[in-house]
Amino acid sequence: MSHHELDARRLLCPMPVIKTQNQVNTLQQGDTLTVICTDPGALNDIPAWCRINGHAVLETREEGHEVRVTLEIGEPSIAL
Amino acid sequence: MTESAPQTLQRPLQRRAIALVSGGLDSMLAVKVMQEQGIHVEGVNFFTGFCVEGHTHAIRKKDKDKNKRNNALWVAEQLGIKLHIVDISEEYKDVVLNPKHGYGANLNPCLDCKIFMVNKATLMLNKARELAGEKGFDFIITGEVVGQRPKSQRKETMPIISRESGADDRLLRPLSAKNLPETLPEREGWVDRSQLHDFSGRNRKPQMALAKRFGLDDFAQPAGGCCFLTDESYSRKLADLWQARNERRYELDDIMLLKVGRHIRPAPHYKLIISREEGENRFLEGYRYQFTSITTSSCPGPLALIDGKLESDHELRQAAAIVARYSKGRTDDEVVVEVRDPSGVVRQLPVRPATPDQVSPEWMV
Ligand code: SF4
Repeated sequence: MSHHELDARRLLCPMPVIKTQNQVNTLQQGDTLTVICTDPGALNDIPAWCRINGHAVLETREEGHEVRVTLEIGEPSIAL
Repeated sequence: MTESAPQTLQRPLQRRAIALVSGGLDSMLAVKVMQEQGIHVEGVNFFTGFCVEGHTHAIRKKDKDKNKRNNALWVAEQLGIKLHIVDISEEYKDVVLNPKHGYGANLNPCLDCKIFMVNKATLMLNKARELAGEKGFDFIITGEVVGQRPKSQRKETMPIISRESGADDRLLRPLSAKNLPETLPEREGWVDRSQLHDFSGRNRKPQMALAKRFGLDDFAQPAGGCCFLTDESYSRKLADLWQARNERRYELDDIMLLKVGRHIRPAPHYKLIISREEGENRFLEGYRYQFTSITTSSCPGPLALIDGKLESDHELRQAAAIVARYSKGRTDDEVVVEVRDPSGVVRQLPVRPATPDQVSPEWMV
């Protein structure tokens, strides 16, 4: 199990979600990933994406203009 | 060892469908109709770069109260389905630039777009069947309704989409299925045709009634659809960009910037993108390392990017005067502006703000 970070700063919705999804597809169940974004929409969208796809959101945090979402990878699904 | 269950007790295989989810009501209903018949549905949403999404609202203050949500994700959550979001923005350029079937009322290449998206979904379906066998997918559904859109959703174009996308009779439109030939899922008995719908035309009442029956009351009803290409003023800006460049070409940043700010083109070889408020300011700031930018330093004012090249000192002063015109110092004799090149070199320039008659209405893109 390992921890990863994804820099999604300056990307606009839905790119942070797409980048998150693509990185999650390369990780193992139980790994954790922190996504750093500047689009405030990511605060809703990444957790929504996690809920739908069976990953756990461990923490969401706003720091100035930055949003950080940490998630734990759940069961893998078919990578389309 | 346990004996395998007798044939009669085996549960029939649950059939699986990929749904094209746009975030609007129709695709939502199409999924519901399938779920009602026991089909397992997963959604796919394609990001073209032209999608009208939460971020458009996130930038502008007037939209602050609107939910900053991605509609497709939200829809998927309401429906309880997985959603795969796929960035097709690069390949999609060819659809926008060279639509075989032409454009709609604006620069929307709807028919080619639908063919492209269904084709992508077909490739996914094939890949998933290869990877996962029975856990792959059996067919594709869309929320298309016959006669709803003048170009892409006519009765004659529906078979074109099925055929040219390669989906053929694995493409089912649950809302209009009864107006269309039987598809594989119907023939095989995976879905019951008698419970599908026969919606047609632009009347949205049947959709509203169905939404009510499903208990759906909160859904996106964007006035101009969920795609900027159907928007007249957006299409005009895109056409202007192509004309200025003398070629039909764009990058993702170009089409993002068309969503933001006031666009003013005083000369064919450059335009100004001027922020209208704080949120746009912050957004444009992200582009200061790619463009020369102008902002006012002696008073509060907007941030402007220069798309193109200023060819003379006179043009630089003209651009600066226009930016000053949109600042708090617009009625002052003099405003100091800061011109910053992409590498960060800054130059201060005092200018007299442009008067309204010095900014030709024809420059407004
Ligand atoms: S409105 Fe936009 S996304 Fe929808 S079919 Fe037309 S071009 Fe494609």
